[in-house]
Amino acid sequence: MAVAADAAGPAARVRTRITRPMAVAAIVAVWLLLFAALRGRQTLTLAAADLTSLHHWLNDVDDSIGAHRNSNPLFLYFFNEIRLVIDHLVTFVQGLISQPTGGRPVPQIGWLGVVGLTGYAAWALGNGRVALLAVAGFTFFGLQGLWQESMDTLALTLSAVLVALLIGIPIGVWAGLSDRVGGIVTPFLDFMQTLPTFVYLAPLTLFFLIGGASATITTVIYAAPPAIRITAHALRSVPRVSVEAAESMGATRTQQLLKVLLPMSKRTVVMGVNQTIMAALAMVTIAALIDAPGLGKTVVQALQSLDVGTAFNAGLAIVVMAIVLDRVTTAAAARAETARGAGPRPRAWRRPLLAAGAVAAAVLVYLSHTYVWAAEFPGDGATGHHIASAADTVTAWLQDHLSGLTNTVRDVVTDGLLNPFQTLLTDSPWWLVGTVLVALGAVLGGLRAAVTAAVCVGLLVGTGVWSDAMTTLASTAVATALVMLIGVAVGVWMGRSALVDRLVRPTLDAAQVMPPFVYLVPFLALFGATRFTAIVAAVVYAAPVAVKIIADGVRQVPESTVEAATSAGSSTWQIITKVQLPMARGALTLATNQGLIYVLSMVVVGGLVGAGALGYDVVAGFSQGELYGKGLAAGLAIVLLGVMFDRITQAAARRTRA
Amino acid sequence: MSAHWRIGAACTAVLTLTLTACGGAKVGDDSSSGKTASAGTCGTFNLAVNPWVGYEADAAVVAYVAEHDLGCTVKKKDLKEEIAWQGFGTGEVDAILENWGHDDLKKKYITQQKVAAEAGQTGNKGIIGWYVPPWLAKAHPDILDWKNLDKYASKFKTSESGGKGQLLDGDPSYVTNDEALVKNLKLDFKVVYAGSETALIQAFRTAEKNKTWVIGYFYEPQWFLSEVPLKKVTLPTYKTGCDAVASKIACDYPVYDLDKVVSAKFAASGSPAYKLVKNFNWTNDDQNTVAKYIAQDKLSDDEAAKKWVDANRAKVDAWLK
Repeated sequence: MAVAADAAGPAARVRTRITRPMAVAAIVAVWLLLFAALRGRQTLTLAAADLTSLHHWLNDVDDSIGAHRNSNPLFLYFFNEIRLVIDHLVTFVQGLISQPTGGRPVPQIGWLGVVGLTGYAAWALGNGRVALLAVAGFTFFGLQGLWQESMDTLALTLSAVLVALLIGIPIGVWAGLSDRVGGIVTPFLDFMQTLPTFVYLAPLTLFFLIGGASATITTVIYAAPPAIRITAHALRSVPRVSVEAAESMGATRTQQLLKVLLPMSKRTVVMGVNQTIMAALAMVTIAALIDAPGLGKTVVQALQSLDVGTAFNAGLAIVVMAIVLDRVTTAAAARAETARGAGPRPRAWRRPLLAAGAVAAAVLVYLSHTYVWAAEFPGDGATGHHIASAADTVTAWLQDHLSGLTNTVRDVVTDGLLNPFQTLLTDSPWWLVGTVLVALGAVLGGLRAAVTAAVCVGLLVGTGVWSDAMTTLASTAVATALVMLIGVAVGVWMGRSALVDRLVRPTLDAAQVMPPFVYLVPFLALFGATRFTAIVAAVVYAAPVAVKIIADGVRQVPESTVEAATSAGSSTWQIITKVQLPMARGALTLATNQGLIYVLSMVVVGGLVGAGALGYDVVAGFSQGELYGKGLAAGLAIVLLGVMFDRITQAAARRTRA
Repeated sequence: MSAHWRIGAACTAVLTLTLTACGGAKVGDDSSSGKTASAGTCGTFNLAVNPWVGYEADAAVVAYVAEHDLGCTVKKKDLKEEIAWQGFGTGEVDAILENWGHDDLKKKYITQQKVAAEAGQTGNKGIIGWYVPPWLAKAHPDILDWKNLDKYASKFKTSESGGKGQLLDGDPSYVTNDEALVKNLKLDFKVVYAGSETALIQAFRTAEKNKTWVIGYFYEPQWFLSEVPLKKVTLPTYKTGCDAVASKIACDYPVYDLDKVVSAKFAASGSPAYKLVKNFNWTNDDQNTVAKYIAQDKLSDDEAAKKWVDANRAKVDAWLK
């Protein structure tokens, strides 16, 4: 704590740069010494089936909600109204594109109509290239033999995104206009994004029943935060000058909002829509656990019999949908930007073309509504079978030829890095680890970060799953280190070459939205059910974010600086290590922050493949009534770890930028 | 700009093409609309499907019979066990076809909330225990007795088991006493939680293929046993009451008579589907056959059910009486 006070004091500001790494080293050294002396004492371990009084209490709360569901009209009517509205919305969209409706054996709009509409919308909102991509992508679903499943997923995703935006954008605008609202909203958003879905999946079906409404609400909880955050951010980044100019011309606050703030932040708001869609698609397989129809169900069911091929085929459809929706919204954002500066000539041509396109799309919709050949996708999905068997072949080959090598890698990482670190965390007395975390928070992030860390440590002890939290923390730290290693290597490579960027980016997108279990089955064959498998899963999911952020950071280093270094005779290696990486320091810290948060969001998936600890507690709580309270506590512990590291790394990022 | 023109032209081309090709069946014609729902007294039957292939086989056959013989509209709902039980209370689930014990849930929903009722046994015997891959049972036959496990403990060591032998457990929703067993039988083993059935099956599959050492929790009836016939290790024999205190258990798992549970409302409705569920009864072999059709032959649920029903009409007719 002495270190904390020192680093936070204003007098220390000048020497912080020199003392910070030294201070960290000193903290670690003291920790190791005390660990050697106090090993195994006050570690707060709790066996898998043991519960604390908090866990029992949470169980009772859950039970009483279940028991009084029908006798509490106010409670019931409130949730019922929400459910009814959302249920109607979902059923309506499903009737349009995915489910038989109104006595028809097929939905209102068949495949031809959907492909036509999507192509038209992509062209009107974006450009010709993304329109082609959209048409090709959607036709691909049909060829895969997954037309209806894809449309079910699309229907749920669209409904969830619509609800998320209806709620998210107004809140985002409010939070963007008022710092106080922003301050209140942020912790809730953190909570919504890091609390594992498994924790609230079961209670949600109590409130909103099994079906479309619950699936949509689950998705909205996870997908709305990016819309809120990015909208707020967009409004804040509108230059002060523009707002002041409007003010001086006598515009009211509403006029300022509608005529200045919103139009000027349109591009960024569309990026928020993009992130909301991506988040919604990430929920597809989880929503399948409460009977949400669509591609997620195909994945979950195929994996019951370890049918990797079929699961991969469905996973690929999710990836294609994500890439199509991502590119279309990105192009729409770009159009929102350029449209403001465009001359009158293109506009004059565009109108009649848009009208003609609309007519064409309408005709296609009519055809697909009326004729069977345009309503039901023809063929038997032979492409899908080919994809599935190809995936099976590749998986089998990998398992046969790599297993010797992979076991070595696993054992080296586990014995050399993970086990010692985990022992240090779990076998140290809790107060020692807690003090170390607070001290590190103070040195890296300053006084406020230290206070947050202290509060989080206190609450972590309160959850009763301290020891499991430390086990998870060890794996999380190792995974984050690997994420940063990959992030820097690939990120720099991508940042330095536009060609590499274009080639690698689709793979990154795929890694982010492919349902984890599709690639986890081969990983399980290669690495067994171990903590290492869980770490690999987390790295696959989190590395793309870090890579993208770092590539962006490297690209933003001014061209002139790099050229100056080149002409001064620096080698490529020198340019990267002495110029580009140091200048992208802000991006590196942000990548660490996001990498960590993404790794934490995979803790539960890790629990499904052998990570044990918090992830297993959450899964067990979801599956066994008497463990519900413990699962919820473990979920809260994950949130606390997330908040603690988020605040420390963000504060650290602000310092490096300053 | 020219790009937009080209697209416009393409659209027009598509338009003319389709307008000229506008033959073909219309939606709603008899030839195109699949099966029309036959008017029965059954109505809608909400069937929970828990996430393992054996259950999927049960549900496939019951749903097939309910649809084709009784004219019900079957709504299968893919749900985990806890949520399926919750569905009895909210009226969203009519029946669960393969229940493994779950005395806590029975107490909560049948005794306390009175929203569910028992509907007899499925005829399947649920066996739980510790299993090893067949190559291991062949190479070291004495391993099938728990008394010899300690002798081999060091062979079962992994990166996760902290120097002891590893006993692999699977999905947390399954009934397990393994930690107590290891402690009370004083075995030099540590229970490691794989966390999902997928992980557990993959572990056994790899072990058999690469001849590696694995011992873990498993159960029958299970489709995977027809791919790799795992061998069960004998634990101290089960006697009634030896599992009364969870932390003191030192005996094998009992044989579970798997049973069916329905919602109270469904039981009182007089629906023919309820009678079907109540009468539904088959053997482990029957279930394994259908499960194999689904998991290994990759038939769809309906195709698998049809294949079995066509071959076993007499059994099905007995359920319908």
